[in-house]
Amino acid sequence: MTDKNLRIGVFVCDCGSNIAGTVDTEAVREYAAGLPGVVAAVRNKYTCADPGQVQIQLSIREHNLNRIVVASCSPATYEVIFRNCIAGAGLNPYLLEMANIREHCSWVTPGNGQAATEKAKRIVKVAVARAQWLIPQEEEQISVTDAALVVGGGVAGIQSALDLADSGHQVYLVEKEPSIGGIMAQLDKVYPDIECSI
Amino acid sequence: MMDVGRHPNIKLLTYAEVEDISGYVGNFKIRIRKKARYVEETQCTSCGDCVDVCPVVIPDEYQVGLGSRKAIFLSFPQAVPSAYIVNADECLGQNPIACGKCIEACEKECIDFTMKDEIIEVEVGVVIIATGMDIYDPTPLDEYGYSSYPNVLTSLEFERLICSSGPLEGHLGRPGDLAFPKRIGFIQCVGSRTQDPERGNPYCSNFCCMNTIKTTQYLHDAYPDVESTVFYTDLRAFGKGFEELLMRSRASGVKYIRGLPGEVYEDPETGDLHLMVENTTSNRLESHIFDMLVLAVGAVPRKETETVRQMVSLSKSPSGFLREAHPKLRPVDTPTKGVFIAGSAESPKDVRGCVTQASAAASRASILLSKDKFSVDAITAVVEEDLCTNCGVCANVCPFSAITWSKGQPAEVITAACTGCGTCAAECKFNAIKMRHFSDQAIFAQIDAMLEDNPSETIPTFACNWCSYAGADTAGVGRMAYPPHANIIRTMCSGRVSPDFVWYAFRKGAPVVLVSGCHYVDCHYIDANRSTTRRLDGLWDGMDKLGLDPGRLQLEWCSAAEGPRWQHIMEQAEEKRLKVTAGEISETSQLLKEKKVPSPRNPRPKDENQLSDFECLVCGEKWEGNYSSNQERSCPACRSNSVRWIRKR
Repeated sequence: MTDKNLRIGVFVCDCGSNIAGTVDTEAVREYAAGLPGVVAAVRNKYTCADPGQVQIQLSIREHNLNRIVVASCSPATYEVIFRNCIAGAGLNPYLLEMANIREHCSWVTPGNGQAATEKAKRIVKVAVARAQWLIPQEEEQISVTDAALVVGGGVAGIQSALDLADSGHQVYLVEKEPSIGGIMAQLDKVYPDIECSI
Repeated sequence: MMDVGRHPNIKLLTYAEVEDISGYVGNFKIRIRKKARYVEETQCTSCGDCVDVCPVVIPDEYQVGLGSRKAIFLSFPQAVPSAYIVNADECLGQNPIACGKCIEACEKECIDFTMKDEIIEVEVGVVIIATGMDIYDPTPLDEYGYSSYPNVLTSLEFERLICSSGPLEGHLGRPGDLAFPKRIGFIQCVGSRTQDPERGNPYCSNFCCMNTIKTTQYLHDAYPDVESTVFYTDLRAFGKGFEELLMRSRASGVKYIRGLPGEVYEDPETGDLHLMVENTTSNRLESHIFDMLVLAVGAVPRKETETVRQMVSLSKSPSGFLREAHPKLRPVDTPTKGVFIAGSAESPKDVRGCVTQASAAASRASILLSKDKFSVDAITAVVEEDLCTNCGVCANVCPFSAITWSKGQPAEVITAACTGCGTCAAECKFNAIKMRHFSDQAIFAQIDAMLEDNPSETIPTFACNWCSYAGADTAGVGRMAYPPHANIIRTMCSGRVSPDFVWYAFRKGAPVVLVSGCHYVDCHYIDANRSTTRRLDGLWDGMDKLGLDPGRLQLEWCSAAEGPRWQHIMEQAEEKRLKVTAGEISETSQLLKEKKVPSPRNPRPKDENQLSDFECLVCGEKWEGNYSSNQERSCPACRSNSVRWIRKR
């Protein structure tokens, strides 16, 4: 079920001329304002910069927004930043959706502003549709047993075991042979300094 | 090594094997079998009285068979723990009537033949796999005479031979007659860098060049009379201080000849070894005579690694070594959370490489261990018990064994182990699995939104988060222009794409649907994208049955680095879109509204590797080949991955 009281805010980014140089971002903003559930549509020069983020937080408070769509770049680069931004305004970070109108639109549709703008509108429309189905999520907390198993007592296993043990963790080092040492213990000298291996 | 033995935080279990690993990150349960050693480890003072009386003489593994040991033995002088052990298979009889001499000789009464294997169960938060590598056995390379001539040795055997704790106690002599070997030849790349599977492995084993260079320099320093000659393919002295050592070795008079010998003959009179080689630098055929030949053998994966690999659901590289989570960014992590790799289990390494990686693995592991709790991204799967029919298919397709299920019980997701790929949700026919954050409803809403107006202008494109979505990003960063009609729906893995999504898109008027994901070797969910191929095979069959053109459903693998490939995929999809007529789209739409879609979910041959027909749905190429669920399909003519498997009738 979608939230009955959807209040979506869409933030369209110019990214300087990276997006706005090709896409008519104002037209995208106007289009977004008319999409179902959208109560605020804002355009910024750089949404990721501090003023852009402050604008998102102010709008959340002003319009009582409960879903956020940022139409800018790839979530690979900025999703974490915008999640933290909306969390700072009291929203669950999973209520963010990003519409990638830069890498997937303006940058790959050069010299065709009309097509790029139409594509950007569609990308935003799809993001808004997805945002309607986003719900707050809580990250489950998993307890950790403070101990490590190291399988193999060659030079790698020995080093891992010692590092972890020196950091104060309990280590179980399992070696199938009667002694640790592995292949390293069979070597006489090792390079580049031709020094003793054991 | 000594530090390990006496560290208060390390419980050292030698002569022991891990029998089972269950559980998940933060909470693994381990079962270890500590085999009976028949000598009280903590009591033994390694005085050696037992060895003197033991009548059984066995080739010594530590000396690679060049020396001997007894049935009761210490692996090597610096062994940790410094305690003797009885090999029960070699011992004459644990019954004192049969032998029992060692029991009488041991004043401290440490020897106990009633000792039994011990099962130890422990709980840990993380697992580090450091199972190492094995050394290539050059026996199949008969032309070098390893199995027939005593003076042909492997590099590891030679290492023991020159070692002061070796069989000759540091005196250099050749095994055949113990004569001093003045002329020593080294043959590189033995078992490495070959495309012929009979002659070894395709990969470079990393350490053999430097090991040989080191040995020649050591020989020059210790025995200035020795003349060393190295036959090589390429000299790979790439690390810090490596090139310098090579220069020293050259300056010391070691001869380096580019070219590998063809065949080696022994002079039966002298035991000397004769060989011919094409010197590829001078383009001359040369003949050489040596007193001893050393084969620089490479590394091979160890079988114990395979056992552990299966316990923690890891994937392996084509070479057989373990696959890391990401070759650049997460080189010591594995796709299974809480499991790390150190050393040569991942790829052949030298000591320094192993130590570096081991410290990295320990550091990564301690990030988890230093916390009481950690949080899991809220993108995991959740089973709706009311809808679950207890069939267990979800548990079967989960690459991480994160779903538990027993007959008659609804499936259960272990959230900590779940990575959110969603292949279980796509597999469940009863919609009993919900993906948090990437819900079915949201995906259907995305399809609805993009196909609401002018659907014939839109290509719904499913792209996995890690590779294909990122590949599209790379195309963007590189300003690689392509037609504007594709519209991406991001999922964590292509394995998330349920056949229902594809049918729905066609019903809503999509001219073409594209499913894209990581290449098989790159799959971020071990092998979840193999399920994608299987589902596409089912969809193509279903489209065929309904009289639809299967070519309207395209499948392509694209890595995060393949921007130009993404551009090509986009152009290819657009080319198809332009060919699909309005009539075709509306007919499809109508048909799918009226008919229940046929969706064979498991179209695959009973017998893997069976001969099958394949057809490229992009260029129409047809060919015959082996069906293999673990091998990426690609058209030999146009490189597309829209390759349909056609069952042989």
